[in-house]
Amino acid sequence: MRLVIVAGPPSAGKTAVIRQIIRKFVKTDTPAYLKIDVVKAFEDEELREEFGIPTRKVYSGDLCPDHMGIMVLRDAITWAEGIGAGMLIIESAGLCLRCTPYTTQAFGIAVLPAVSGSNAPLKMAPLIALADAAVVTKTDLISQAEKEVFRECIRSVVPKIDIIETNAVQGTGLRYLLQAISRYPGISDAETIALRGTPPLGVCTICIGKKEIGWQHHFGVIRPLEEADNLYRGD
Amino acid sequence: MYSDQTYELTVLPGTTRDGEKEGFDRIVIRPGDTLSIVGPTGSGKSAFINDIEVLAQEDTVTGRSILVNGEEPPEDLVRDPAKKPIALITQNTRVIADLTVARFLTLHLQARETGSESLIANTITLANEFTGEKIAGPMRMTGLSGGQTRSLLIADAILIGQTPILLLDEVENAGINKERVISCLREYKKAVIFVTHDPYIALISDRRIVMKNGAVTAVLEPDGSECDIIGTVSGMDAFLWDLREKIRSGELVSNPEKTQAAPKKTGITA
Repeated sequence: MRLVIVAGPPSAGKTAVIRQIIRKFVKTDTPAYLKIDVVKAFEDEELREEFGIPTRKVYSGDLCPDHMGIMVLRDAITWAEGIGAGMLIIESAGLCLRCTPYTTQAFGIAVLPAVSGSNAPLKMAPLIALADAAVVTKTDLISQAEKEVFRECIRSVVPKIDIIETNAVQGTGLRYLLQAISRYPGISDAETIALRGTPPLGVCTICIGKKEIGWQHHFGVIRPLEEADNLYRGD
Repeated sequence: MYSDQTYELTVLPGTTRDGEKEGFDRIVIRPGDTLSIVGPTGSGKSAFINDIEVLAQEDTVTGRSILVNGEEPPEDLVRDPAKKPIALITQNTRVIADLTVARFLTLHLQARETGSESLIANTITLANEFTGEKIAGPMRMTGLSGGQTRSLLIADAILIGQTPILLLDEVENAGINKERVISCLREYKKAVIFVTHDPYIALISDRRIVMKNGAVTAVLEPDGSECDIIGTVSGMDAFLWDLREKIRSGELVSNPEKTQAAPKKTGITA
């Protein structure tokens, strides 16, 4: 079974990209789909209805959704393998953008909307740095020159990343993504799957309910304002 | 950087919105050609040039495919802006990039790998030949008007993109100096495809692609019988431009001598 992990900010077009992936592989690879979200999600129902594939969702509630994803991924693989799926597509909630939810033995896709501004790739550095491909969506809304400038902005974060520009609703340009997924090997040993990067998931005192503001009141993971601002890439 | 290689594009037909085959076998675009695409709004004109820009391979709604020099284009030609021989100026005159004009052009120059930093000042100078109020390097892209943005993107395509093929969606819009743009495109010997509602631009093109219901219905090649009308339209156009400039600069245009239409200019003929 092949594992595909899709991440990106809210409304980036993750589901639109996934819809094109399913459309391509629905007959050959019997894909299954898991959506991880925080409060409410509908994508699982929509995709099940549209393609007749097995789908699930899980809500993380008060837990970080990427933390949730890592918790449930092993179960999700067992579920998908159990129902005979040839491909499992995981869609992340896409919230704080510090995480790299990509794992070994999985094809990682970062979805970024072309309309998100020139600095967006820098702000999402960890999300892009460890992905196999950066899919830039909504390119029909900007000029070709701006599309090429946005591409340079991504390359300033990760010079060698595979960048795929698309109008995902129509599927334009996605042939290169679909080819790359086809070429990617399936899971060889699910027991050894691990995160590619180190996500900022350490539980801090705020996570356990301490409400006072200021680092002076906390311990463990603390940050003063005057901190060297290194570009965090998740690695 | 494209000068030593020539590119010939071939458009292969897709289907109408009803799924029927389009009314042509192939449209070949050679270096220096000018084509215009005409048809009612919503007939698929912009989709036609978008197909060319993304070098579609039956993966767009129209189902067309585009060959480069008779073959399916190699992956790097499609994906690497530094190798792509096509620049598209869309109708969209909005820029989202929160950058100064100079920074935007610098990044685009980096993407296209076409030359030195001096091109940036030249691009702004050229854009200012097309637009009314001047553009300057420290201005923000998001602060430019529609006409200024359009002017800058055309200048960018000519000098920074340096592509042999240019696709222009309604160049006549946004109030820029279209005649200066057209003469500039001729100077640089571009193959140009105009999507247009402007009779003058349509008439001076070598070929006219006629569209309806999402598909090409005819490709017209003028046989010279339109020559006379071109002269007349050119005169009318020059008159209207002159009038527009006067109104824009706040003049009253009641003087009949000054506002009389006359085919005084020969314009730029095909």
